[in-house]
Formats: sequence, C-alpha cells, structure tokens
Amino acid sequence: MDTSVDNGSITRSDTPLRVINSKTPEAIVKTTQRIRRSFRQIRTENVFKKTLVIMGIIMVLLVLGILLTLIVQSLPSIKALGPKYLWSRVWDPVQDIYGAWPFLLGTLLSSFLALIISIPFSIAVAIFLGEYHPSGWLPNLLKNTVELIAAVPSVIYGFWGLAVLVPIVRNFETHIGVEPVGVGIFSSSLILAVMIIPYAASLGRSMIQMVPSPLKEAAYGLGATRWEVIRSVVLPYTKSGLFAGILLSLGRALGETMAVTMVIGNTSIIPKNIFAPGNTMASVIANEFTEADKAVYLSALIELGLVLFLVTVVINMIGKKIIDRFTNE
Amino acid sequence: MKLNSFKLKTSLAAGALFAILSVSMVSCGGGGSTSGSDSTATKGNDDDNTLIGAGSSFDNPLFSKMFSEYNKTNGLKVNYQSVGSGAGISQLTNKTVDFGASDAPMNGKQDSALSAPAIHIPITAGAVVLSYNLPEVKDTLQLTPEVLADIFLGKITKWNDPKIAAVNKAAKLPATSIVIAHRSDGSGTSNIFTTYLSKVSEEWNTKVGKGSSVNWPVGLGGKGNEGVAGLIKQTPGAIGYIELAYAIQNTMAYAKVQNKAGNYITPSIASVTAAANIQIPPDSKVSLTNTEAADGYPISGFSWVLIYKEQKYNNRSQERAAKLLKLISWVIHDGQQFSGALNYAPLSPAAVTVGDNILKSATYDGKPILQ
Repeated sequence: MDTSVDNGSITRSDTPLRVINSKTPEAIVKTTQRIRRSFRQIRTENVFKKTLVIMGIIMVLLVLGILLTLIVQSLPSIKALGPKYLWSRVWDPVQDIYGAWPFLLGTLLSSFLALIISIPFSIAVAIFLGEYHPSGWLPNLLKNTVELIAAVPSVIYGFWGLAVLVPIVRNFETHIGVEPVGVGIFSSSLILAVMIIPYAASLGRSMIQMVPSPLKEAAYGLGATRWEVIRSVVLPYTKSGLFAGILLSLGRALGETMAVTMVIGNTSIIPKNIFAPGNTMASVIANEFTEADKAVYLSALIELGLVLFLVTVVINMIGKKIIDRFTNE
Repeated sequence: MKLNSFKLKTSLAAGALFAILSVSMVSCGGGGSTSGSDSTATKGNDDDNTLIGAGSSFDNPLFSKMFSEYNKTNGLKVNYQSVGSGAGISQLTNKTVDFGASDAPMNGKQDSALSAPAIHIPITAGAVVLSYNLPEVKDTLQLTPEVLADIFLGKITKWNDPKIAAVNKAAKLPATSIVIAHRSDGSGTSNIFTTYLSKVSEEWNTKVGKGSSVNWPVGLGGKGNEGVAGLIKQTPGAIGYIELAYAIQNTMAYAKVQNKAGNYITPSIASVTAAANIQIPPDSKVSLTNTEAADGYPISGFSWVLIYKEQKYNNRSQERAAKLLKLISWVIHDGQQFSGALNYAPLSPAAVTVGDNILKSATYDGKPILQ
C-alpha cells in the first residue's frame, strides 16, 4: 500500500493520517487498520463504479453495433433499390422487386389500432389497482393476472387467436358485410391489444400510487368525489408516467412477430380496410429469412429490419418529447 | 413502487437485449458471412465420426429416421440442421457443413457463388396436394391445370364457377367465395407448386413466376404446412397447397389433378414415385412437375442432397469423404425402405441409377472415392 508516512509526506487521504504521530502504538495499529479498511472501501467503490460504467458502455455499443450491422448488411439493397424502397408497393422476390410500404403500413396500422383498443383497459386497470383498491385479494389476483399476461409466450397468443379469436372475428365480419376471412389486421390488433395491456397498466399503477397523499387529501377535504380526485388530481399528476407506459406498449406491439404472423393473413397486398389481411415488417422477416436465397433479397429483408429499428427509434423520440412537455408544464 | 417499475424496465431491457442478440445472430448465420466458416466441419479431422448436414425441413423427418437407423448399424453420427433449403445451400457455400439438402436444384446464381462445383443426388420425392374445405362436396374434387392456375391468379372467385363445374359434373358446388391459402414462409413446397403453375400457365409464368417466396396475387398466408392447413380447416370455401405427407397424416381432403397425359391422378406415394419414373438427365437436376409419366401425379418433385464434387477441401480427411459418400449411397438404396412409413415417395429405379452414377463422379484429390 502506498500509505507510508516517511518524512511526513502524506500521499492519500490525509485526514486520518494527520493524527498518527500523537497516538500510542496500539492506536496507531488501529488507525492503520481503519485506513486499510477505508482504502479497501474506496477501491471497492471504484471497482463498482467502473463496472457500472463499463456495463453502460457495453449497452450503448451493442445498440450502435446492431444499427451498424443492419446498415452494412442492407447496403446492397439500399444501393440496388434506393429510397423508393420505402414507398413502393410491390414485394416480388422472383423478379427482385422490393417495396416495404405494405409492411410498413401493416405494422403501423396493427400497432396503433392495438394501442387504441388497449388504452381504456390499461388505464382502467391502473386506476383500479393504484387508487381504488391498492390491496386485498381481488386486486392482488388482478395484479398477478395482468402481470401473467406479459409472461405468456407470444406463440400461445397466436395459437389462441387462430383457434378462438379468428372464428369469432369471422362471424362478426359476416354480420357487418366485409369479406369474412377472419384473419387480418383487426384480429392481429385484438391479440396485440391483449398482449400489451400489462406494460401500460403496471407502469400506470406505480405512478398513480406515487401521487402524494396530501394532494389527494386536500382535494377530498374540499369536497371532491373520487372521480373528481382522479380526474383533476391523479391523472394530471401522472400523465407523463401513463404516457410512458403507453409508449412501452407501443414498442412491444411494433416488434411482435409470432402472434401477429399467425393471425394477420400474411399477404403483401395493401390492406383496403382494417379487416383485410396484411403483413408486418417483423412477420415478413421471420417468414422469409430462412429461404432468402438471393443476395439482394436477403439484404432487402435486413433493410426491413433497419426500417423497423428506425421506426421504433423515431416513435420513441417523439414520445420522449411529449413526456418532456408534460413534465415541464 | 419504484422497485416495481424498475423490475419491469429491467425485464423489458433484458427481453429487448435478448431479441436484439438473437436477431444479430440470425443475421450473421444467414447473412452469407464468410468470416463464420470456422465451424467443426471445416476443421475436417476434428471428429470424423460426426457428419454435419443442413437444409430442407421437408427432408427432416425422413433424415431423422434414416440417420438413426444408419447409426445403429454403422455407428456414424449425423447432425442434421433443418434450417430450410436456402440456408442449407448457403451453409454449403460457406463450407460449414458436409452436405446440404434442398427441395430445389441450385440456380445459376447459387452455383456461381460456390468456390468449387457441387453435385446433386436425388434422395426422396415429395408431392404438393391441393386441400380444400367444402363440406357440401362429397366426391373428391377434380382440377385441371387451367382451373388451378385461374383460381390462384384470382380469376375464378366462386366455387360454382362454370369452369370448375365443367370438370366436376357430379359434384354439387356451392356458391361460396374461394379463399386461397398459401405459405407465408419461404419454402420448397411453394417452389414446387409455383414451378408447376409456371409450366402449365403462361400467364402465371409472366405475372408471378416461380420461387420459394413469390408475390401472390390473391390469398392468405399461413406459416408452415400447419399454418396453411389451419387456414383451410377454419375457413369455409378455402383451398390451399400442403405437403402430401402432412395431408395424409392429418386426413385432409385433397383434390385429384389432371396430369400432362390427361388423367386425373390422386396424389399418393405410388403416383409420386411413378412421376419420377421418367428420363432423368445425368445431373439429376430435373423438376418432376407436370411429369410426362401417364400415371404420375403432376405436382411432385425431388429433394436433393448437395455435396462438393471434389471432397478434398479445408483439410478434410479422405476417411471423412468416404464416410459421407457411403452414407448417401446407403440413403438412396437401403435407406429408401423407411420412406413409405413416413409418407415419402421412394425413389424410382431410374432415379437410383442416376444417383449412383453421380456419386461415382465424386472425387478425393482427383481420384474417385466410390468404386
């Protein structure tokens, strides 16, 4: 250790060392031990801090690396197809014509539809668990059930969707007079809506429970009803948190692959309405990757991944901006 | 409360990390990256008692059975990865496997990507059947190539269309709309089916073409045979194409198809083997679709094993090369007895003869391996 006190020169942590000369030998031993211990603490502290920094850097590098891989691997397709890849409507692997528009549209349509369907449920669950009944067996059951929804593998949702939901949707479609195929954007949105409820609900519940009681008590004291407290105290106080939860849900919906591919109908024809079959970017990649036997084809699929990546990033950035605005108000 | 949201976030982050990792791994594996060519097969003398193959998922059940039987008698282990024909070819190109397996012969581009010529050995034959959901129709549906192409082009949209009725005089066809189910994943099954349609319909050939993934003019996509079968079973009025073996195992209704000779053929193991009993070119790269054979089912095709013609590459031992060729030779002879039980069509005598000749052309350091 570099703690020598030769000729009075003190190297590190001078406060405990200053007292050494005026103490008995036992005291000196004790102090040295304490110094040793405190240096060990400092070292542990440094190692811990370094580990955290390294972990953080690895995460950043990983994401950048993935972005870089996607860009490099999609270069052949970007060169061959140019920017019109984004808005051309034909996906024809036989003639090497690739356009991402039907899948981009399918991804956005199914995800946002799912979000719209899921928001009332997730907000309701969040308010019920956060404000009305924070504890008790029924709320606990509800809480665990909602959390379980997030834990169920997506292929199970896909299977359930195909076996149960699709026939119901087909019946519904017969009644409203659209082509009764059952599978399609609407079915996949329903499945997605169920899958993403827990994300917004859990975060929303935590946020609602964090509303300071004095605020609520003041409102109650002024004679507000429960509904009024929720509307004018709880919701305004938690809106950025609720929105963050919704954003998480959206991210999940955008990338979901297996459950969607089982019920969306997988066609590259542009959907005419929300009941028509369509396809999403994630689903196309999963479906066609293994048999993509041409360089441009493979690269076009990877570019689809790049587009999905960028769409997610853009949506997240917009979301962050909105959250910031909420918080600054 | 804080902890809870933290937990959620970590689990999300972990999930995202995992997803990202797996995507990046997939893209490395399938990306045709030449850097990843240092797997066991290339080291050659690493473990000469384990051969590695990759490719067609159609062949996988048959291969599992054959290789486990072969292991019992010869003690050789075969590690077969059922990754899809396209991926099998790219792994052979990267020399990470001893053999590839594909439901379609290699095309010009794939051939030119190889550093050395490869040979195709037919190992089994399969068929694609048209399954349908018409509870009202009791007789087996009959289809002509023209009707089939028009249905899949979206030109015939109702089951009681006069064109369908003309070839199914006895059947009472309902006025239901036709819902087409096709494969959404790239597959050899789609390749055989679209190759057939391209041969029998000029319009299909120019508008859609053939391949393991095509731009379907109409219809719904299902993932895998089970996905397509699910769509057919669920949707009244649906028609779709699935593998013969899958249709037999799941007792699905399937149509008779008129072949080139004009006969309506029920797809079966026998009629597929019959389809392969034709003049086969010496390189065996032939499509059995629209076969000349009078009793052959027209939508059938070979599945091939692909190996390098010159087996001395990447420090492979002669012993390893000999084991590989013996295995393939066993597959096309003795191994064929396991086909029937698994609903694969055994090779026709003509195919076995051609396969033998191709195997004899394989060399190690310029010298033939099999005598």
